Amino acid sequence: MRALTPEPHALDSDEDVVRARHVIRALAVDAGLRLIDQTKLVTAVSELARNTVIHGGGGRMLAEVLENGTRTGVCVTFEDEGPGIPDLEMALSQGFTTGEGLGLGFGGARRLVHDFDVTSAPGEGTRVRIVTWR
Amino acid sequence: MLESGDRIPILKLGHLLLVTIQVDMHDRMALALQDDLTKKIVDTGARGVLIDISGLELVDSFIGRMLSDIAAMARVLDARTVVVGMRPAVAITLVELGLALPGVQTALTVERGMALLPAPGEFGGDARPEDEGPDA
Repeated sequence: MRALTPEPHALDSDEDVVRARHVIRALAVDAGLRLIDQTKLVTAVSELARNTVIHGGGGRMLAEVLENGTRTGVCVTFEDEGPGIPDLEMALSQGFTTGEGLGLGFGGARRLVHDFDVTSAPGEGTRVRIVTWR
Repeated sequence: MLESGDRIPILKLGHLLLVTIQVDMHDRMALALQDDLTKKIVDTGARGVLIDISGLELVDSFIGRMLSDIAAMARVLDARTVVVGMRPAVAITLVELGLALPGVQTALTVERGMALLPAPGEFGGDARPEDEGPDA
């Protein structure tokens, strides 16, 4: 199932968000994703990595290529030990924001990828896992 | 603070300001560009701003918001903004993200973007050549 052992990438600054975009772009190219899917995935990564830095107080990203039978996909996981998300449904709704953004990042990221799973609870941090299949 | 190499250059061409974004900007860089451009509009009395994003491989909600904010601030300062050169994959992604860049005039190419901005003749005596800075 796993083609690569995921190595964690720190997410603590603006620069880390840019690095995360580059890491995933390279992985998406290697995995043979179409340009449009690469762009959607990297954009989702940018939104989620920024959330990890800003709302999660920093954390890490894990990336791997998945082989599932005939399917190949890029899987990216974001983890932080921040305050967590009290109301997931509200956080995912369009236009919801606790910060200075447009409130499109979290819900928007979900629309840009094929699989989107969030685990979060107040005080227990947040884990978001996304997959884009080829 | 940002190093000077971390800033996006703003070129002055007559009454227009030209910005070509060729690097993957982190968020502080995007905010600095917004501040620099607003200041430059005031300093030069520019009537138009052309932003070329053909070098950008993605526009996320932060950069999208920067573009909308620049257009809004420029409008308040009596300058028009046109964003040109968006890649097709970027445009599709932006729309799916739910970002329609409200208030931002776009054009496919620099040439078409220029055509949307006020022609130099329209402001004849209003040009301020004395404001040519070292970065112009």
